[in-house]
Amino acid sequence: MKQVNKKPGKQEPRWQTKISGGNFVDKFHAYRNLHAHALFSSLGRLVASRFSSAMTITVLAIAISLASGFYILVANLQQLAGNLEASNQISLFLKDEISEARANKFANTIRQNPDIQDVKVITKEQALAEFQTYSGFGDAVKALEKNPLPVVIQVLPKNSLKNELVLETLLDDFKRSTEVDFAQMDMQWVKRLQSIMDVARCGVTILSLLLGAGVLFITANTIRLELHNRRDEVVIAKLVGATNSFIHRPFLYGGFWIGFFSGVAAWFIVTTIMLILKQPIERLSGLYDDGFHVLFLGFTETLALLVISSVLGVVGSWIVLHFQLRQLKPE
Amino acid sequence: MLKFDNVSMRYPGAGDVLRNVSFHLERGEMAFLTGHSGAGKSTLLKLIAVIERCTRGRVLLDGENLNQAKDRQVPYIRRKVGLIFQDYKLLQDRTVFDNVALPLVIAGYGHHEVSRRVRASLDKVGLLGKEKKYPLVLSGGEQQRVGIARAVVNKPPLIVADEPTGNLDPELSAEIMHLFEQFQQVGVTILIASHDISLIAQMNHRILKLDHGQLVAS
Ligand SMILES: Nc1ncnc2c1ncn2[C@@H]1O[C@H](COP(=O)(O)OP(=O)(O)O)[C@@H](O)[C@H]1O
Ligand SMILES: [Mg+2]
Repeated sequence: MKQVNKKPGKQEPRWQTKISGGNFVDKFHAYRNLHAHALFSSLGRLVASRFSSAMTITVLAIAISLASGFYILVANLQQLAGNLEASNQISLFLKDEISEARANKFANTIRQNPDIQDVKVITKEQALAEFQTYSGFGDAVKALEKNPLPVVIQVLPKNSLKNELVLETLLDDFKRSTEVDFAQMDMQWVKRLQSIMDVARCGVTILSLLLGAGVLFITANTIRLELHNRRDEVVIAKLVGATNSFIHRPFLYGGFWIGFFSGVAAWFIVTTIMLILKQPIERLSGLYDDGFHVLFLGFTETLALLVISSVLGVVGSWIVLHFQLRQLKPE
Repeated sequence: MLKFDNVSMRYPGAGDVLRNVSFHLERGEMAFLTGHSGAGKSTLLKLIAVIERCTRGRVLLDGENLNQAKDRQVPYIRRKVGLIFQDYKLLQDRTVFDNVALPLVIAGYGHHEVSRRVRASLDKVGLLGKEKKYPLVLSGGEQQRVGIARAVVNKPPLIVADEPTGNLDPELSAEIMHLFEQFQQVGVTILIASHDISLIAQMNHRILKLDHGQLVAS
């Protein structure tokens, strides 16, 4: 009758599965100690093997900076294209024989059109000067006897005039004018640029996924080697009562550090490259729009970069632990 | 404290390594486990640390059936059993201090507590002052003392040693055995596997003798 409440097979052994210490504060301290130990021991391991750590981190940083570098490059081009998108400007290249006086008169008639917001005449001389500055053929142009450039009239339709069909009709009207040799809507090549940008963005996504997978597997392999080197330690720790979490933790933190430092290094690589590219890009953009500023990795993007690389590091090591550590038993 | 109840053990592919082994170690008792090589001594000790599980019968530690312990409970069982090995199983790239501290770090003790307990434990085995040394520069006897310090640092109620003096000369072996007696005197239960008959005979303790997996004397 003594064992009345001890149903055979049902009794749960009373081995504690909690961290040592009775009260909550003790448990909290133990938990904190365990994490601090894992955090610093993993950092210590990284420093102890600084040569191979540095190589791994460099490889990862290059992969991550490739992905984020292309991302920021496309973001810049995107911004550039975005600025252009707003202009539905039409350029009218006048026939060579049209004089400036006649061009101005023609411009005035266009101004009468209620659909038109602004008209600007670019004289042959202005066009030539601009061409000399930006084309790089300055001296060659000087050698020309006669200015080969036509007068150009830049027509800016009212912003309300977004409808493509209306714009097309307007363009056709201009094309039929006797003064006009050739009329072109800037929109068309902006559109082309837009589709190029779509392809580029898609490319960045694919590249990022591939490189991300690369980062994942490089981290996993690094942790696998680490695990292999520390086989004895793992076995001994298990023999003296280490839980699986205790064994896992330093490796997970190790993966975190590798990912995190790679992210930091990648940030520096990308920022350096953008600093180098800043001038050429801004010169290029100056041709179209003065309001353009080169984009660097902003706060959110930097945060995302660091978080993603750290997470890849942790996940990479988790995969290895999940598949390899099970096999590692004492003896 | 420790009770074997009709325990049989068979490795897959091998025959019965232990057959109907029954004995009971009282709290604070010290016993030797002897027998020829291959008699099953190591296997018996592995059952206590749940490195292996028996195929029949029950192993009871503190009244709890080890066979029913879940995998996640095993680490906490091992913390109650101080394990000592013939080859010491020390981490060669860690100092004596770090080696002894391992069970405490695993249990989540803070820095000061670890420091205090490691020193106390090293003091007991007579190695105070060697904390910063690496195992490789120590003699075999000293390395085994580090192993013992690590086993007792967490104050487990049971110490289990598998051929702890197997690599030591007779004089050092006797010293190590006396060290175990000191732990017994403060109430620790101790089970030592050894085939060093002459050494065991000198000491006045209970002897469990295994022969081809069967307990022939206890
Ligand atoms: N992992 C194992 N798998 C199969 N057989 C084993 C294993 N470990 C030990 N044995 C066998 O069990 C028997 C007892 O071994 P052991 O317990 O190591 O003996 P002892 O420690 O007394 O020398 C031996 O015959 C040995 O070959
Ligand atoms: Mg053996």
